[in-house]
Amino acid sequence: MDVSYLLFILMLAVFLGFELINKVPATLHTPLMSGANAISGITVVGAIALAGTGRADVAQWLGAGAVALASVNVVGGYMVTDRMLGFFKKKEG
Amino acid sequence: MELELIIQLGYVVAAGLFIFGLKMLGSPDTARKGNGISAIGMLVAIVAALLDQGIVQFEYILGGMVVGGTIGAVAARTVAMTSMPEMVALFNGVGGAASGLVGLSALSLDGSSFTYITIILSILIGGVTFTGSLIAYGKLSETIGSGAVTFAGQKFVNGLIVLGILGSAVMFVMNPADTNMLYAVVGLSLLFGIMVVIPIGGADMPVVISLLNSYSGLAACAAGFAVDNNVLIVAGSLVGASGIILTQIMCKAMNRSLSNVLFSGFASVSTTVTEVEGEIKPISVEDAYYVLEAATNVAIIPGYGMAVAQAQHVVKELMELLEGNGCEVNFGIHPVAGRMPGHMNVLLAEADVPYDQLLEMDDINPRMESVDVAIVIGANDVVNPAAREVESSPIYGMPVINVADARTVFVLKRSMASGFAGIENPLFYKDNARMLFGDAKESIGGLVREFS
Repeated sequence: MDVSYLLFILMLAVFLGFELINKVPATLHTPLMSGANAISGITVVGAIALAGTGRADVAQWLGAGAVALASVNVVGGYMVTDRMLGFFKKKEG
Repeated sequence: MELELIIQLGYVVAAGLFIFGLKMLGSPDTARKGNGISAIGMLVAIVAALLDQGIVQFEYILGGMVVGGTIGAVAARTVAMTSMPEMVALFNGVGGAASGLVGLSALSLDGSSFTYITIILSILIGGVTFTGSLIAYGKLSETIGSGAVTFAGQKFVNGLIVLGILGSAVMFVMNPADTNMLYAVVGLSLLFGIMVVIPIGGADMPVVISLLNSYSGLAACAAGFAVDNNVLIVAGSLVGASGIILTQIMCKAMNRSLSNVLFSGFASVSTTVTEVEGEIKPISVEDAYYVLEAATNVAIIPGYGMAVAQAQHVVKELMELLEGNGCEVNFGIHPVAGRMPGHMNVLLAEADVPYDQLLEMDDINPRMESVDVAIVIGANDVVNPAAREVESSPIYGMPVINVADARTVFVLKRSMASGFAGIENPLFYKDNARMLFGDAKESIGGLVREFS
């Protein structure tokens, strides 16, 4: 893909990120961080292609390692965030 | 060709779901659903990635997913809420390492200089995030000392490492066949991650952990450039932005600049001994009970000490008893209370304290004058009036919770040993302050017994 196109996406995403995150209340900052952990596991998408090349070389092993590490983030991040957010309750009545 | 389009559309949908999920984190009511939507986005992205026709062998992928997913699931289910800072630190490191590995293994693809630069970036950021997070984890879990480690010539050594990274990176990009230079970047990045975190003390961890959170996103972003994938860029920069905002909030709450946190630390600030007038007035659990029994408005200010003493559940019991007694109870939560942003809120939410009773510093301070009793549990610097009154104090200018404005202040504290930086706290000597010495959990447990 064209470099300028990727940079364009980067610029928009950064601004959008600032707008979105600024609206997250302080009380949710820990779940926000663990949720961000989960999202940074998106790197699994890049790792998948590299782990499945079929060439029995180092790159494939590195890719498989990356898939494993990123899966820790994805599964662990979303689950622990869900667990935490389940605690947040409003006052009854 | 059509499959390629479906994959790309899958990525677009995934990015949209991430954005929508983050938007729903804007309120505690919708946050849990938002997290679920974000998870669905991840699932869509993974399925799209698996459709890639370049994939001829699924064993490695599946093996990695099963191993990683199991570890993540077990960790997420078993971690105690008091250990969340360590957990997030570890996850930051794992994310950084994953992106670094993606960068490394993308090397076999043919690429332009731009690709090589992004590979270097993902390895550099990923490596620093990885070892930096491991050190942060060690400090948070106290497996290594949580204090700042400094030595003579530290800045010089760090400067050399940076030069080394830059030099090897440039040589590698000019001649990509020379992989030794690449390994030099890998090694130096890992070393640099250790070097930047060791001089930072335990109390500054909220900043470090936020910053590493940001780096783990930026590493994914750089990996996205390396493998030409825009969903990595979008998701990575969302995480990067999130970490940077949290870092800013933490720094502002300590009235320090980021560079001050990273490069100096409180240790190097000359601690001028401030003369404090007045005397310490201890109070017994029984007397404290009589005061609380007559109170109609109580504010509780928790700090890291509450987490250490695991006192959040007895605090909730005390809150219920006070409320049953016709008293209004609120919590005042300083942004840097605890070891990570929002740490206190999660602990109290786990103990079933409704989140609308958890007030931010700016909301509780105007109400402080009408508070009968402010109970400080294991917090010190975030309630230190020296930040407002003593210009020579190292924390002068830091916004604090003005507990001294309340009619009476109870300070629960183990002993008179001062906080992490050895800063005197004039609060303890104020006329309306009473010290309740002992373990926070036992002291509050004692109050609960007096009530029932």
